[in-house]
Amino acid sequence: MENYLLLLIGTVFVNNIVLSKILGLCPFMGVSRKLETAISMGAATTFVLTLASGASYLIDTYLLGQELSYLRTLSFIVVIAGIVGFTEMFIKKTSPVLFRVLGIYLPLITTNCAVLGIPLLNVREQHNFIESLFYGLGGALGFSLVLVLFAAMRERLEAADAPTPFKGVSIAMITAGLMSLAFMGFAGLIR
Amino acid sequence: MSRKLFTFNGGVHPDGHKAVSNATPIRAMSLLPHYVVPMRQHIGAPARPMVSIGDQVLRGQMIGAAEGYVSTAVHAPTSGRVVAIDARAVPHPSGLFDLAVVIEADGEDQALEFQPLDWRNLDPSALRNRIRDMGLAGLGGAVFPSFIKLNPGAQKIHTLILNGAECEPWITCDDRLMRERAAEIVRGIEVMRHALGCRTTLIGIEDNKPEALAAMRAAVPADMEVVSVPTLYPGGGGKQLTYTLTGVETPTGGRSTDVGIQVFNMGTAYSLYRSVELGEPLISRVVTVTGHVAQAGNFDVRIGTPLKDLLAAAGGALPGASGEIVGGPMMGFDLMDSAAPVTKAVNCLIVKNPKLFPTKPIELSCIRCGECARACPADLQPFEMYWYSRAKDFGRAQSYNLFDCIECGCCSFVCPSHIPLVDYFRFAKAEIWEREREKYSADQARIRHEFKTFRLEREKQEKADKFAKAAEKSREAAASGADVVADPDAEKKKAILQAALERAKKAKEAVTPKNTDNLPPMVQKEIDEIEARRSKVEGNTESQARHE
Amino acid sequence: MITAIFVMAAIGLLLGGILGWASIKFRVEDDPLVEKIDAILPQTQCGQCGFPGCKPYAEAIAKGEADINQCPPGGAEGVKRLAELLGVEAKPLGEGLEPKPKSVAVIDENTCIGCTLCIQACPVDAIVGAAKQMHVIVASQCTGCELCLPPCPVDCISMQVIKEDVLTWKWRYPIHMMKRAA
Repeated sequence: MENYLLLLIGTVFVNNIVLSKILGLCPFMGVSRKLETAISMGAATTFVLTLASGASYLIDTYLLGQELSYLRTLSFIVVIAGIVGFTEMFIKKTSPVLFRVLGIYLPLITTNCAVLGIPLLNVREQHNFIESLFYGLGGALGFSLVLVLFAAMRERLEAADAPTPFKGVSIAMITAGLMSLAFMGFAGLIR
Repeated sequence: MSRKLFTFNGGVHPDGHKAVSNATPIRAMSLLPHYVVPMRQHIGAPARPMVSIGDQVLRGQMIGAAEGYVSTAVHAPTSGRVVAIDARAVPHPSGLFDLAVVIEADGEDQALEFQPLDWRNLDPSALRNRIRDMGLAGLGGAVFPSFIKLNPGAQKIHTLILNGAECEPWITCDDRLMRERAAEIVRGIEVMRHALGCRTTLIGIEDNKPEALAAMRAAVPADMEVVSVPTLYPGGGGKQLTYTLTGVETPTGGRSTDVGIQVFNMGTAYSLYRSVELGEPLISRVVTVTGHVAQAGNFDVRIGTPLKDLLAAAGGALPGASGEIVGGPMMGFDLMDSAAPVTKAVNCLIVKNPKLFPTKPIELSCIRCGECARACPADLQPFEMYWYSRAKDFGRAQSYNLFDCIECGCCSFVCPSHIPLVDYFRFAKAEIWEREREKYSADQARIRHEFKTFRLEREKQEKADKFAKAAEKSREAAASGADVVADPDAEKKKAILQAALERAKKAKEAVTPKNTDNLPPMVQKEIDEIEARRSKVEGNTESQARHE
Repeated sequence: MITAIFVMAAIGLLLGGILGWASIKFRVEDDPLVEKIDAILPQTQCGQCGFPGCKPYAEAIAKGEADINQCPPGGAEGVKRLAELLGVEAKPLGEGLEPKPKSVAVIDENTCIGCTLCIQACPVDAIVGAAKQMHVIVASQCTGCELCLPPCPVDCISMQVIKEDVLTWKWRYPIHMMKRAA
């Protein structure tokens, strides 16, 4: 049990998928303009990522095995695309505005490198099924956490007196850098 | 007998400057040649003028009737002749003009026959109607029509609070009124108590007015309580005084009536006494003239007295004066035009000089020190509201409960960066209201447009039905061999239309449009474009007409 | 090789099945987005956007056929709110679409011949009158769309800018004093 907890904390803070692995930067910059959108994006990604890491573990272990390992990336992408397609339909039905707001970033979860990266890392780290799930969940929570934090900061920055050349994305980039530096403080928290 | 008092959060201690004007008794003013009586002196719809130019009016005669529910009447301050009904300078922060009735006094000051009211045996609803016609509105500054406040409505009012705190610096009109006319105030309070049917009556007076406290204590009957409250601005704010006296907080977005408490100003109680017991409508009020003037003090002023005449009655401004403030220094505004008259809302006129009122220092950046939040008596976070108001992010500003701001000015007063926070809040509130109005009119337009579309559809359908019927009939007629006669009126109608067009053309040549003289080149250009477009369309319609 | 094809086909079939089921289960009938866009538009029905009214424009935006910056009466503020709703960058108003000061149409009583053409043109039925009777515009209902100007055969309708009075006056944005001192 303690093992799983450490895994979770480790992926959320220490090896944060965005700020220390530098994966998934595209939605991190793209959908962080508004807090509400960022929260929904975080939720959608969490759903997709957790499911994807579980499903891809099963496929890798029971379907592909050693001899078909060259199909790994291909089959993972297919699975992720399927889950994202499902999520897309679900969101379109339940919240059309959110669907419109997430726009291109929703289908782009498919190509979110974090979403493909975590199942691949699972294989490399030789996680078992439960560990894979936790690793996926932790990575997604870490992603959601920094996305929401970053969106909140960007909302305040929107109203701030930034010098004109720094307005908008430029100041957001600097903020992201500072956040990454801040997350370096977690290094060494766990092993 | 001492009551447990509650202390609200925040508040500030500005210099009182009360002694400048509270030493001398209330003075009467001599009759002036002209009075300017605005129709909008209260919150709500302006009164509707009931007189026309040239009419003779008597003192106390109604010259503007209440229009709509939230409104109240306006009366002639003296006898004389109505010489103008037009837009005049009014005491308003914008400096804009507003509809007013100008009365030329005849010097007789002849009054209507005032009928005292037997209020104890009067139905409360009849009493309220009477008070409405007497033009009573809250004299503390908000000028909300009093008859509405005297309607307990669905909520039971258990406590009546009389506000004699007068927490704004410089102002002393309620102070003097309590010292000199305590007995009359108490009789006015009795009318209020009767109308509201409440049990408890509390009279809150700040402890920097010991004479007023003593006078009121001597005048009240046993079932009213005069309470000395600590001097702390804005202790006289309705919600703040309610909390100080009862410990009851007014809910967000609500009024004190939601918790069964009604608050009235001292001046209102006095005017209520005059209008009910003497039958004299609200045609005068006590106004403090203070600051950099020769003889500061309080005056019993007729409503409609131009402020420059009031200033002259106080001996005029001393040399070195730098403008006037209407109201107190915390919540008042700079007077734009001294021809503006005293209205029911004007309680004080302060003459500024650079020493008493130095120019505001330069506005610096917010350092988020939180002083404003500590000083805010409404428990808000002004620095957050400021951040979003300044960036014009009104939705977020509102999410910090912007509309609970009472605009008391404590935050601006304590701000070490000299940020005029209240100005930002007023700006944000005005913009939000504007948006609400626009939203409303857009919704109206949408409904009307949808109805029009629907109506056109319906008419088309009806026409089609009619046509089908007629076609059937004519087919029947043709079958029976009768001729279809062409409409003989059609030619005649065309001729009439042509004649009307000719006439109109001539009339238009004779009348030059008055709004196209002296136009800036940009507007002229725009007009030319419109003309071009129009002639094109006209050409089209003409050719169409020829086709037909 | 055969196993690989078989595996991929199996995955594909499974996912296809799930997605097919989801597309039936989560079918969306109509697009409530149009209503939300329509709510932001100022409802002047003026047609300056190139569509015959606010609703058609809203539908066009929802379909992605029209840009969000085609509505001059809504101004920069309207564009900003549309951008916020749709999650795109706000942009300045389109070429040649300048917001005009708010105005109402006024009929010159001396020239009006009572032809009812303007009544038919008014999108919100704000003009009252009958044939050969003088027409009057209900100012509170007029959206200032100027659609009644071209049909008038005698040019008796003019646009008057709404003046600010004590009631509609707004507190201005506080002026920054920094520059004056420097």
